[in-house]
Amino acid sequence: MGNRILDKSAIAEGIFRFVIEAPRIAKKQKPGNFVIIRATEYAERIPLTIVDSDPARGTLTIIVQSVGKSTRLLNSLHPGEELLDVVGPLGHPTPIDSFGTIVCIGGGVGTAEVLPIARAAKAADNEVISIIGARTRNLLILEDEMRETSDELYVVTDDGSYGTAGLVVDPLADLIFQGRDINTIYAIGPIPMMKAVSDLTEPYNIKTYVSLNPVMIDGTGMCGGCRVVVEGKTRFACVDGPEFDGHLVDFDTLILRNRAYAQEEKTALERFETAETVRFEGLV
Amino acid sequence: MPCQLPLARRRNFCEVAIGFSEEQALLEARRCIDCKNPTCISGCPVEINIPHFIRSILKRDYVGAANIIREKSSLPAICGRVCQQEDQCEARCVNAIKGTSVGIGRLERFVADYQMARGAFSSPNIAAPTRKRIALVGSGPSSLTAAGDLAKLGHRVTVFEALHKLGGVLAYGIPEFRLPRAVLNSEIRQLENIGVEFITNCVIGKTETVDELMTEEGFDAVFLATGAGLPYFLNLPGENLAGIYSANEFLTRVNLMQGNKFPEYDTPIRIGKRVAVLGAGNTAMDAARVAMRLGPEEVHMIYRRTRAEVPARAEELDHAEEEGIEFQFLTSPTQFFGNTSGWVTGMEVISMELGEPDNSGRPAAVPIKGSEHSFDVDTVIVAVGQGPNPLVQSTTPGLTTNKWGNIVTDDTGLTSRPGLYAGGDVVRGGSTVILAMGDGKRAARAIHQYLMAT
Repeated sequence: MGNRILDKSAIAEGIFRFVIEAPRIAKKQKPGNFVIIRATEYAERIPLTIVDSDPARGTLTIIVQSVGKSTRLLNSLHPGEELLDVVGPLGHPTPIDSFGTIVCIGGGVGTAEVLPIARAAKAADNEVISIIGARTRNLLILEDEMRETSDELYVVTDDGSYGTAGLVVDPLADLIFQGRDINTIYAIGPIPMMKAVSDLTEPYNIKTYVSLNPVMIDGTGMCGGCRVVVEGKTRFACVDGPEFDGHLVDFDTLILRNRAYAQEEKTALERFETAETVRFEGLV
Repeated sequence: MPCQLPLARRRNFCEVAIGFSEEQALLEARRCIDCKNPTCISGCPVEINIPHFIRSILKRDYVGAANIIREKSSLPAICGRVCQQEDQCEARCVNAIKGTSVGIGRLERFVADYQMARGAFSSPNIAAPTRKRIALVGSGPSSLTAAGDLAKLGHRVTVFEALHKLGGVLAYGIPEFRLPRAVLNSEIRQLENIGVEFITNCVIGKTETVDELMTEEGFDAVFLATGAGLPYFLNLPGENLAGIYSANEFLTRVNLMQGNKFPEYDTPIRIGKRVAVLGAGNTAMDAARVAMRLGPEEVHMIYRRTRAEVPARAEELDHAEEEGIEFQFLTSPTQFFGNTSGWVTGMEVISMELGEPDNSGRPAAVPIKGSEHSFDVDTVIVAVGQGPNPLVQSTTPGLTTNKWGNIVTDDTGLTSRPGLYAGGDVVRGGSTVILAMGDGKRAARAIHQYLMAT
């Protein structure tokens, strides 16, 4: 039992790419699907988007940014070690067709979730324009991969340390103002980014998909912890999503629900860092 | 049944019912008059030979008594705890006509625990291998029962579970203080010992579809027992505030993820000072009693009818009251209020009165106009029922369901597709462990007949 980590590499500051064994899931994965991972007996179940899969090898690629305790724990693991539980592929696959011109927008580690969508969209004969961004140069990921699969690529950083200074909505606004005939937009990243993109595109009536990341436990529709409000109705992100029409999402409710356990997340992280320090000092 | 004292147990997760001593068990067993026509057996959905096992108790052959139960039930230590015997075998006991029924469930638990404590399990007779393979979807009571029966008939049985732990509702739903996990795990180990294979983290409908199981994976029959895992909400204003949980989420955070041991375990659960549980079924009772053990000042159960209509088992209601849970009968929520950080701070409730019987045969709960009033809470648990999870139904062409999404079967558990059977809550809606087990037993018999005829 358990899912072995076959490979791990740092792709940016605090962001790692893992290749893990999961043959049943690799066989079935489609862009937009996610897995729930429980790394150890004591760990939480956390959802992570499947970035890529290799059905022949029976492997999945996931990308993890160290944010709280659970992601730091994952990023502290090494090739050869096992993740206790990996379940999936969960959620609806991204709706992709030959739409014409589409824009793929990735903010921060959201670029990891947009990459499989960009690849599938390209394979479906779309003109793929991509915009990726990060706070700063050291946090930008997957630029080469996104360039390879996109007809045009725009890179922005908040602080201007790389690419154009600004936010991912800036190049999108330019494209819209230039009158480019955009059919569909996929925007994945921090909630304020997805909200900003949705707000920008709504008056132009451009279909905009966003991927929601509420707190989740089982990932199969059993607990309702991941409920989000879309078009005024309660939906479960795990089984009804995770992608929804950005023009219909109540982002404010999502932000508040995601903050519900801020205090506990802080406690868990502090405890983890203390344990890490003790372990490190023990080695010296 | 001896129990932990309410004031002690309301704040711990140790088992509430302590169980019979040998002396108590013998005294109770003597009350069985060994009727010529034992009506108790007809009240048992899994057909346990009750007078026979009680006679073994009187001979002080407790392991033998447990093995008599095991001829029919793979889960005696579980049933001895969570089966509603008062509505089943004990309701048919001759003693019940004039007074109190023999405590059949307590005796079942006593012999099962005696056997478990001594590890005195014997290998059951297993028929010659049939080379038939059967997939059971879900690892709750219905599947575990079918798994035991089918394995003993010589079939190769694989159980698929979506979560990381086995047991279904016995693991994520029923709390440790009603069913210790060591008991559940011991019963599952007995099934492994007779060759049942268990695969966790496999969501049928996602990881594999039913059709893939039957074609690519080569299973000859499939039994669907995916339970009632979809929580219902009330669709009231403010219901998505933080601090409002479905009973499933609340119980899962504690029972499955050990949220009560945060930060040793990473999954948190936050309990406030004043908790409201909406509903009064068995799940609501479990949620309220778990909530009490997390240390709030008050736990209130809000129910729109009166004590007489409470759908939960009487013993659960008594236990909840003894543990200091307060009941607001004839009360129903209308909306929830929160603070600026989005956490629930209160709700508006309305008083109800009982009216004419409704479709369910119970008196309708009718709101009293103008009786709205506020009720301060900082944690709310919505326990107003669960429906079937649609993942399997929506990915299995040709599978007939009713308007609630429950799978439709005939009396044997056969669905609209040959070789595909179903049972338990996914067929019945929210029901009981023992009726789910009965379904597993019936379906196992039907699957066996189907496979041996082909």
